[in-house]
Amino acid sequence: MIELEQVSCGYGDSTLLSGISMKLAPGSFHFLTGPSGAGKTTLIKLCYAELIATQGRVSLFDQDVNRMSRDDVARARRRIGVVHQDCQFLDHLSVAENVSLPLTVSGRSLENPSELDDLLAWVGLSAQRDAKPPELSGGERQRAALARAVVMSPDVILADEPTGNVDWDMSLRLLRLLVELNKMGKTVLIATHDMNLIRSAKAQIQARVLRISNRQLHQAGADL
Amino acid sequence: MNARLSTLMHFLAGDAQADRLVPPTGYTARLTVFAAASMAFLAVFALAFSLATGRVADRWGEALAKSSTIRINAPADQMDAQVLAVMEILATTPGVKEARPLGDEEQRALLEPWFGPDLPLDRLPIPKLIEVIEDAGGYDAEGLRARLTGEAPGAILDDHARWREPLVRAANRLRALGLVAIVLIAALAGVVITLAASAALAANERVIGVLRLVGAQDSYIAHAFVRRYTLRALGGASVGTVLGAVAIFLLPSASDQGNFLTGLGFAGWQWLWPLVIPPLAALVAFAATRQTAQTVLQEKR
Repeated sequence: MIELEQVSCGYGDSTLLSGISMKLAPGSFHFLTGPSGAGKTTLIKLCYAELIATQGRVSLFDQDVNRMSRDDVARARRRIGVVHQDCQFLDHLSVAENVSLPLTVSGRSLENPSELDDLLAWVGLSAQRDAKPPELSGGERQRAALARAVVMSPDVILADEPTGNVDWDMSLRLLRLLVELNKMGKTVLIATHDMNLIRSAKAQIQARVLRISNRQLHQAGADL
Repeated sequence: MNARLSTLMHFLAGDAQADRLVPPTGYTARLTVFAAASMAFLAVFALAFSLATGRVADRWGEALAKSSTIRINAPADQMDAQVLAVMEILATTPGVKEARPLGDEEQRALLEPWFGPDLPLDRLPIPKLIEVIEDAGGYDAEGLRARLTGEAPGAILDDHARWREPLVRAANRLRALGLVAIVLIAALAGVVITLAASAALAANERVIGVLRLVGAQDSYIAHAFVRRYTLRALGGASVGTVLGAVAIFLLPSASDQGNFLTGLGFAGWQWLWPLVIPPLAALVAFAATRQTAQTVLQEKR
């Protein structure tokens, strides 16, 4: 699905990630952890080609990112659902319009319009269907972002600190949704520094935990 | 051709959902509409100016080319004989439609602006003038001059070429200047719309980021901006064109004395020309926004 081979990346003269290799196999569930500023967001951005590696090779669905056209990258992103910590909505559109945005830009529509209602019900946002994003709470925004990430039924879901702004109950609720998606065959990568969330997930599902420290990616888990 | 037509129809019809992706408000929207309206208003005047000077050039050229004058300088006792000789020559000259000696009153009227109304024509050695009107084919001026020299030595042909050509040339240059003004206005409209589109793209960087995140292709994002700015330019230019046309319509109409200023406007079918301005403005906006969007989007991953 997504593969990084000896990838280095940084901003300006500073290198944030160095010689990192990672492979997200179909149906796998990964956590990405590490201290703030370690490079979790950078690694996530490499996984959907928002950032380009300074060294090494990033492959999206068996295509080398460096050889992909801009349209190829756009098409690949339709197979990757991304949940950002700050959600990134279009504030002038309703929740329903934001959630269906990936369908709009790809010229597709749901087979049955009620599927959008089902999706909003799944994330518990039926009542907020016509609300604008600024009117939502932090947890509602995260769930709306998750709904948008899965509306195209993507192969991979990348979530960058999805529980960063919500309470523990909401964190567990979001985790449950992501675990459900993984059980449906979706590949999931969650960047988080919340160890309790990781422990809770490992109790429900087989998940690999990767940790970034000193610009390197390490296998973790034994201490969790 | 059908594919292009289909693309154009799709562009004009638009996509209601896609149109909503870019926030609708902002000063760039008003700037674009105002700029397009102002440019169209000016373009109507430039067009009217250019067409009016064109008409003047044609009128001067045509009127002066069709008539010429033969001036006869001769002693009073030989004047009638010379006039008669010239009239006989003209009667047998191919291309001369009509010729007639000007009467005393007509000559007095010609001289009155310079010498006043009490000019004693009978006591002054005023040359006799013969007005010659050409037919459509015209006559051979050099041949006629040669015959006049031989048969009526005091007669001099003035076919107005000396002063007709500079006048027509000046009018044609004015017409060209009007067209240059239209081109400059179109270019200026392109620059203003480019700046407005650049500002809009910069202001909507977050929107572009979100659209990219969910898999929008550059062409889709560009289309959303291009269509919006094209329609704004079309709307603004339509308003400006109507206002400009009304202003031209309200100008004083050409009088019988017909000087240039009172003839500034459109005549007959020329009133259709302003209809070209709104689509032209839309075309300029389309090209400017498309180029700007492509450049800006290429710069960002």
